[in-house]
Amino acid sequence: MTEQAAAPVPHHAGPEPMTGAQSLIRSLEAVGADTVFGIPGGAILPAYDPLMDSTRVRHILVRHEQGAGHAATGYAQATGKVGVCMATSGPGATNLVTPLADAYMDSVPVVAITGQVSSKAIGTDAFQEADICGITMPITKHNFLVTDADEIPRVIAEAFHIASTGRPGPVLVDIAKDALQARTVFRWPVEPQLPGYRPVTKPHAKQIREAARLLAAAKRPVLYVGGGVLKAGATAELRILAELTGAPVVTTLMALGAFPDSHDQHLGMPGMHGSVAAVTALQKADLLFALGTRFDDRVTGKLDTFAPYAKVVHADIDPAEIGKNRVADVPIVGDAREIIADLIVAVQQEQAAGQTAGEHRFDYGQWWEQLNAWRKTYPVGYEPAPEGMLSPQQVIERIGQKVGPDAIYAAGVGQHQMWASQFISFEKPATWLNSGGAGTMGYAVPAAMGAKAGCPDAQVWAIDGDGCFQMTNQELVTCALNNIPIKVAIINNGSLGMVRQWQTLFYNQRYSNTVLHDGPDNDGRGPAAGTRIPDFVKLSEAMGCHALRCERPEDLDAVIEKAMSLNDAPVVIDFIVHQDAMVWPMVPAGVSNDEILAARDVRPDFGDEND
Amino acid sequence: MSKHTLSVLVENKPGVLARIAALFSRRGFNIDSLAVGPTEHPDISRMTIVVNVEDLPLEQVTKQLNKLVNVIKIVELDPAAAVRRELMLVKVRADAETRGQVTEIVQLFRAKTVDVSPDAVTIEATGSSDKLEAMLKMLEPYGIKELVQSGMVAIGRGARSITDRSLRAVERSA
Repeated sequence: MTEQAAAPVPHHAGPEPMTGAQSLIRSLEAVGADTVFGIPGGAILPAYDPLMDSTRVRHILVRHEQGAGHAATGYAQATGKVGVCMATSGPGATNLVTPLADAYMDSVPVVAITGQVSSKAIGTDAFQEADICGITMPITKHNFLVTDADEIPRVIAEAFHIASTGRPGPVLVDIAKDALQARTVFRWPVEPQLPGYRPVTKPHAKQIREAARLLAAAKRPVLYVGGGVLKAGATAELRILAELTGAPVVTTLMALGAFPDSHDQHLGMPGMHGSVAAVTALQKADLLFALGTRFDDRVTGKLDTFAPYAKVVHADIDPAEIGKNRVADVPIVGDAREIIADLIVAVQQEQAAGQTAGEHRFDYGQWWEQLNAWRKTYPVGYEPAPEGMLSPQQVIERIGQKVGPDAIYAAGVGQHQMWASQFISFEKPATWLNSGGAGTMGYAVPAAMGAKAGCPDAQVWAIDGDGCFQMTNQELVTCALNNIPIKVAIINNGSLGMVRQWQTLFYNQRYSNTVLHDGPDNDGRGPAAGTRIPDFVKLSEAMGCHALRCERPEDLDAVIEKAMSLNDAPVVIDFIVHQDAMVWPMVPAGVSNDEILAARDVRPDFGDEND
Repeated sequence: MSKHTLSVLVENKPGVLARIAALFSRRGFNIDSLAVGPTEHPDISRMTIVVNVEDLPLEQVTKQLNKLVNVIKIVELDPAAAVRRELMLVKVRADAETRGQVTEIVQLFRAKTVDVSPDAVTIEATGSSDKLEAMLKMLEPYGIKELVQSGMVAIGRGARSITDRSLRAVERSA
């Protein structure tokens, strides 16, 4: 990840006398922050005064701090820059906890600035006091408590540096109110003082050569690509490497868009709801070539049966990820872009040496025969909905087709997220925003808002569930008032669909508390008639949005087109879909990926019955 | 499981101990013993952490610790090439009749009597955990009234210092 690539011209200032609060805003301007999502309150109030005068920092007043945090995350994922959110002390700060945990799990560069009670009151259980540094210690890459106004510029510079370099992540800066009010002197630039922070970006040449050698000799390799490739901006390099070697590629949930879905070498997404071809390719591989990925349990399934025949090349910028879940035969620490660039050279050398020696290197012909057979026999698909009803997959697929690969898609968490990952074709980096590691319901609307604020010219679609939507929809007010015209497709199946799917499969179809629009009288007892509470159309109109509803397959295209034509305000579409659709394929939790089910009770035939 | 002694150089800043302790607990590692104190450089503190883990989790502990921004350097000290010491203060029941025997044990272990009262003595002893354990075993029959023990501190043998290069890093950034 490059450090705040869009930072303005090097900026020399000071020494200038001013308040800590002014120094904070000047520092944010100097690091190139152009958008801050936040809500003021007592302890942060001094900072909001000079913020009002800043011509370079746009503040977007959200309706809930959680929205500010996810918006900063969406902004960062869409633009590649550091996202910034701001909140006051106590409950303001604790409302940022979920988005910070989310950004930490997905390695998103975010800086959160919180007000803290006056330094003399810290530790006294003062009004709106919370030890937010203590609370966020395990969910931030680093955090700072600032009680001295003179430290503000340096800490802001360090926070942005830490957030955006190495393995990116959220950094929280907690500033005591008296430090914001105190007189200080602003100087820029400032030298970071971080003797313990030295991320390694340059890979080891010997490891690169060894990795290329393994790839040359492999018969069944897979390039197992994770979100690190997107964060490093290494998608062009990845494509060269893939085409140079001819190796198959799988992209994890966090890496969708890192390699074009339409590319012939792309097998799809691995993991719990990955394609049969991608999951099985990893299982049968003799070499996993893991780039910027962390062998997450949703990808590996039961770890000790994951990819049992494979040697592992594991490249990551975070040394702690290498060997954490799976031992690496060739560990490579470094920035994915530098690693892949070096690998391209090493692979070319291997190929040249192979020609000279008359050997068949990078010979994956037989492997492709097998892969293509799996791909052909078990494509990702879905069952049609009952007559006259909309199927959720069809809605999402059609949105993807009509809106196209240039748009940015943000998803919530659950079935709709998996369907979006499966049925939208991602062709470009930074077009897919989702909560992968944390699985934060309610992520989509505020993240889409952040992405649209950062990329106003892009079409931004939130694909949301009706459960998720009810967690954070108030940010549509923020969108309506701040000219952030996002589109929100509510995939409304009237239930917490993914949980319901598990109840269908693993809890004898006892639908405990997953039907959203029924009261206790009907909960789980029968097909939900549906109260239409809340009425998403009325709700969205009340928040200043255009609102559409689609219930019949024959209206689908017209509704999507209508939504695309409305750009003066956010658009919400309530897609009423049938509630029994399930996400397939699926590897049930805690079992081997060999147990993948292509559909309910359908285990693919890999011709390995005698294994 | 086996014991490993880690020397961790950290920035002398508020909250660093909490960060390290929290990291151990949330990643599911147990600290056997922990000692923190200043070094020859005022901006650096040194922690000696004894962990009881296998080699693979130890590597993970070390890598996770290294990710903490305030951690400057981690060295695992090989017991064979390091001096390792703990400090113990122990209050033992000893009246006029048994005091002589207790004092003899104190001398045998090259410990010190630091306080005496009519029916107790307080002993100060330093050494390896084995030595302190052996001494305690000898004192137990007399009746141990109170015991306090420090975490282990350790330093590598020979002329080389683990702080040299790290100090330069701190001075550069200061």
